[in-house]
Amino acid sequence: MKRIFLALIGAGALVGLALVMLPQRAVDPTPQARLKQQYATKVKSSVDHSKFDQLKRPFAKPQEVTAACLTCHNGRAGEVMKSSHWTWTRTEYIEGQGIRTIGKKNALNNFCIGIEGNEQSCNKCHAGYGYGDKNFDFKNPLNIDCLACHDNSDTYLKANMGAGMPDLKVDLNKVAEHVGRPTRVNCVTCHGFGGGGNNVKHGDIEKALFEPTRDVDVHMASEGENLLCVDCHTAEKHQILGKMYSLSSMNRNRVSCETCHSEVPHKDDVLNKHMLKVACQTCHIPVYAKVNPTKLRWDWSTAGKLKDGEPYEEKDASGTDSYLSIKGSFIWGKKLKPDYVWSNGTASHYLLGDPVDPSKPLKINELHGNYNDPEAKIIPVKIHRAKQIYDTENKYLIQPKTVSTKPGDGGYWKEFNWQRASEEGMKLAGLPYSGKYGFIETEMTWPINHMVSPKGQTVACTECHIREGGRLAELKGFYLPGRDFSSLIERLGGGMLLLTLSGVFVHGGARYWTSRKRKGGE
Amino acid sequence: MRKEYVYQAFERFWHWTQAALILFLGVTGFEIHGTFHFFGYAQAVHFHNIAAIAFLILIAFAIFWHFSTGEWRQYIPTLTNLRAQGEYYVLGIFRNSPHPLKKSVLSKLNPLQKLVYAGLKLLVIPVIALSGLLYMFYRYPQRYEVIALRIESLRTIALIHTAGAFLLVAFFIAHLYLITTGRTLTSNLKAMLTGFEELENEPNHAPEERSQP
Repeated sequence: MKRIFLALIGAGALVGLALVMLPQRAVDPTPQARLKQQYATKVKSSVDHSKFDQLKRPFAKPQEVTAACLTCHNGRAGEVMKSSHWTWTRTEYIEGQGIRTIGKKNALNNFCIGIEGNEQSCNKCHAGYGYGDKNFDFKNPLNIDCLACHDNSDTYLKANMGAGMPDLKVDLNKVAEHVGRPTRVNCVTCHGFGGGGNNVKHGDIEKALFEPTRDVDVHMASEGENLLCVDCHTAEKHQILGKMYSLSSMNRNRVSCETCHSEVPHKDDVLNKHMLKVACQTCHIPVYAKVNPTKLRWDWSTAGKLKDGEPYEEKDASGTDSYLSIKGSFIWGKKLKPDYVWSNGTASHYLLGDPVDPSKPLKINELHGNYNDPEAKIIPVKIHRAKQIYDTENKYLIQPKTVSTKPGDGGYWKEFNWQRASEEGMKLAGLPYSGKYGFIETEMTWPINHMVSPKGQTVACTECHIREGGRLAELKGFYLPGRDFSSLIERLGGGMLLLTLSGVFVHGGARYWTSRKRKGGE
Repeated sequence: MRKEYVYQAFERFWHWTQAALILFLGVTGFEIHGTFHFFGYAQAVHFHNIAAIAFLILIAFAIFWHFSTGEWRQYIPTLTNLRAQGEYYVLGIFRNSPHPLKKSVLSKLNPLQKLVYAGLKLLVIPVIALSGLLYMFYRYPQRYEVIALRIESLRTIALIHTAGAFLLVAFFIAHLYLITTGRTLTSNLKAMLTGFEELENEPNHAPEERSQP
């Protein structure tokens, strides 16, 4: 008894020692509590704009509001005019492509394709007034739209086809008297509606973020921490932190979870070790397009069918557009598992005029990185696939003119003539058009960064560490425990175990048999 | 026949703890390997890491014990009588022949055991322990990397570790069966549990004078 007791003590001491020796990190027990407290105090404006005489008057033009703003906020115009919200370009170094100026101004996508020739419609979301064509005056501070971002009255609205001008219904005086720090509505009104409708582009930024529940977004939940976009996308002199790899190429100005949550946020060291190769979003955003569907495929090649000479639309079972004469056919998806790619924070982009190879899908943007890249982590993405128009002779994508502002201008959405839309679009883009067009498969990769789920919904270990059908099943080039194995070792090992077991049974059986025989014989 | 104190207290503690740890490491390890689900993946990883360190500590004590007592000499492989022992397992055991070699306190292991245990202690355990350590402390390609030990990928480490695990499981199965091949079906088991075993008198060796613990 005493010996068994001693042995148990010995074994216990062994495990105890092992526990002590395991690398463990001293974790602040209340980082979340501290953050909650920090963000519980909401930033309030130090002044009441409705008391200012400069703003208590009717405004005939939105530019007058801007002028009124600038009388006090001097120097701010210069800051805004340096920001990409205004310039719609950045100068970036792209790996393999050198230094290029890239932005909404000149990049193409596989949704509405590009702004060139379509400014009246697309530039509704430019932080300015009247960017209706490439002759827009980027030097005039009065063209800055302060209200799109700073309206706190929830009544400001930019007009459709207005090149960024406010809707005529807007009471400019009321808006001017209720300005302040940008709210979720200010940001999401543009960022959630890119590509011509709610959640079309991103999949993780949409109107559900106006007032999200905790399940939709654990940070911005209106019944919870109620964070604003600008709490993470902080700004210094109107230069806002964060960017999207649909347009950005360089590893800079990124928003990171670690800013608040530190680089060792988990109590479990094994999880912290994951962070060397796995981005936070990968586990903490298990699903995107949580509330409303996002577009997954856009086939431009079917556009242009008419009924009785008129364009029409078809809806799928869930009530979303499946066909529009002006745009073609779509596939939407809701509550989707992201795709996963390596990303080191750099990307390359297709720019107007770059050559294409029609034999394979064209990557309009491509995220760089692989397992061996020290900067690269696995991130969740949405992949948007499309079939879009290209010049079959000159072998580059076509920037078609889609929007029509006056009769006969070639706008596809009025004339349904690809030939004309291509001629006019490429004329405006300053590139030759051969007169022959076709449709090419293209792909865009959109990182999923928003709509972080509550802790309980985090991706479980075995959603990746599993032999088959895991989330990372397609991500090759590295050894993932639980997923990967050497079939040779499995076969040899399994065979060896089988041999051992059958050896045991044969030998044991023979012993039993011979001993019975012996006993019988005796 | 006389009762001899064959397995000392530490030896038995070491043996049974090691057995438990290897079984536990096997179960948790093959769960991590994706062979089956039992504890849950995170738990399996956690338990495997703790048991691994416990195993390393145990190994350290066992090494000390083997050298301080001189018991390590029991494991020196020998070809002498290897054939006889082999023939016993293949033929003699079925004819109820006596064991070809007399077990004594000074010679507890038969030549086949010496060979297998030496292989286990010098090859399989070191390989699985070292690959396990490398697995645990593998540096993923990362920023601000200090390159002390350049291991290109986890794959090599993991595969060696897996191969070692298969060998240990095979050993475990065979070992369990061989328990029954002692003088009687349970004599080996009883000896390892109590330390005492009935041994045949051996003319060449005077009975060891050993004080009981």
